[in-house]
Amino acid sequence: MTATAQKTKTHTDEPNRGYLHTVARRFLRHRLGVVSLYFVATLTLLALLAPLISPYDPNKLVGKFSAPPSLQFWLGTDQVGRDVLTRLLYATRISLLVGFASTAIATAIGVVLGLLSGYFGGWVDMVIMRFTDMVMSFPYILLVLVAAAIFQPGLWNIILILGFVDWPGVARLVRGNVLSLRETAFVQADRVAGMPTRHTLFSEILPNTVAPILVYATSVVALSILDEASLSFLGMGVQPPTASLGNMLNGAQSITILTTKPWLWVPPGLVIILLVLCINFIGDALRDAVDPRNLR
Amino acid sequence: MMRYLLKRILIAIPVLIGITLLDYLIMSLAGSPLSMMQGPRVSQAAVEARAVELGLQQPFLVQYFTWLSQLLHGNWGYSIKTYRPVWEMITQNLPPTLLLMGVSMVLAFVIAIPVGIYSATHQYSKGDYTAVTLSFLGTSIPSFFLSLILVYVFTVRLGWLPSGGMSTLGTGGGFWDVLLHMIQPTIVLTASLAGSNIRYVRSSVLEILEKDYLRTATAKGIGRRRVIRRHAVRNALLPIITVIGMEIPMLIGGAVVVEQVFSWPGLGLLTMTSIMNRDYPVIMGVSLLAAVIVLLGNLLTDILYAVVDPTIQLK
Repeated sequence: MTATAQKTKTHTDEPNRGYLHTVARRFLRHRLGVVSLYFVATLTLLALLAPLISPYDPNKLVGKFSAPPSLQFWLGTDQVGRDVLTRLLYATRISLLVGFASTAIATAIGVVLGLLSGYFGGWVDMVIMRFTDMVMSFPYILLVLVAAAIFQPGLWNIILILGFVDWPGVARLVRGNVLSLRETAFVQADRVAGMPTRHTLFSEILPNTVAPILVYATSVVALSILDEASLSFLGMGVQPPTASLGNMLNGAQSITILTTKPWLWVPPGLVIILLVLCINFIGDALRDAVDPRNLR
Repeated sequence: MMRYLLKRILIAIPVLIGITLLDYLIMSLAGSPLSMMQGPRVSQAAVEARAVELGLQQPFLVQYFTWLSQLLHGNWGYSIKTYRPVWEMITQNLPPTLLLMGVSMVLAFVIAIPVGIYSATHQYSKGDYTAVTLSFLGTSIPSFFLSLILVYVFTVRLGWLPSGGMSTLGTGGGFWDVLLHMIQPTIVLTASLAGSNIRYVRSSVLEILEKDYLRTATAKGIGRRRVIRRHAVRNALLPIITVIGMEIPMLIGGAVVVEQVFSWPGLGLLTMTSIMNRDYPVIMGVSLLAAVIVLLGNLLTDILYAVVDPTIQLK
């Protein structure tokens, strides 16, 4: 056991390599993770460049309604005659935006609450942790549904709502890390030297918990994308005419679309699966890469 | 043990009260449920009369405490839409959800435990990669999309399974009938649960395999198979118990989507319809019940964990 610890230490302390280099090297060995990274990057690029790539407007009627895929419309047109491929690209944009923006909000809230809770302890910890329990023990899709029904469903509301319910995991993670870091020599030294608390929290403790937060945040991105899709599918999320991967699938609840017009529901479904799957693989690769027990 | 239990319950109570307060706050922010009632045919006077009847003109906290004291007297309120007692609606919708959740959860573990153990004991083999990839697929596929695929294949193309409901209309719904109706929603819920469970079991077993006492057991030469079965698996499955507690909120959430797609007459469907109708007393009731189930689940997990793991001190 001690031998292992020794080895880890010398490994991460390698002078010219650097931590980031080691992490990148380990990440690159995870083949699925690398492929996923390429896939997500390509998809993001396509989604961002949608206006340049597609000759059509996502919300304009450009052809016959419900036309099957053809050379003119690669993935056909929808029930009112909009180009499905164009809408798919714009919908991916929306999904990525929801995923990253709500994760950013959740992570920010979680980091601050976790830091405060872990560092100060006592009643601050007590109050924050009970509040975390509360949000956590609430089946959160219920909270999201209620909130979405109440505050007009729409893109920014969905982002805010998802951001406000996804933070407890981050808060707990950060708190746990702070608790163990608080007793380490370098934090104690800070205290002895009389450094301001703000410095200790944000410049000493936070950088040392970035890796696990990043890994966790990846899974939150995947979850948020899934949640947005479910909400929009139920009609509680992003509202038409704005295209989202979920509301594009909404039409498939009708049996005629399900049976006779697969080009309307198969592509958005596949994009969601691939997107979420790849983000999860990236998270997995990242977890392996930053795990200090991983020696290779 | 009793003291530990008592302490856990005492901690759960403020959390529960907090949840109801939060619910009530969100709903009061939403405005009057009577906005759904308004229309050219409803006079303003009638709306106001109804508001007074429901106590909606009172301040927020007064309304909340009225609701809370009624609840403590066993009165869960009445639906604004159907006028039926909320408690009656909930008790009617709870069993189908529990049935669906229970079966899915058990199935998810029945699948995940052997697969997870195999995956961990054959780390980096082809079987391991397949299992891990499939488990990621299970957690990444949106439940509604999987539902659509199942309905397309089994109901539309093959015509084997019914697309929704809990029993064939007009029949009382015998055992086989309900079973047939259950298959698709159960597959959907099980897929996502089994997906995450496989990874939990796998990492748990992997962690145990590195332990010193396993090396000792192997060194004694009792054979790999026996080491894994007698020493590794037993200890590895302990942390899995905590997963059960974590998955209950997930299941309740998942049930909303799945019940909606398959029109399964459970709590999820009730939640969706009451949200659509802004039927606040029903939403309050369902949220409260969901919170109670989740907290009970957590409590049960802690107790179970303390019972099976003697090293845990009940403080």
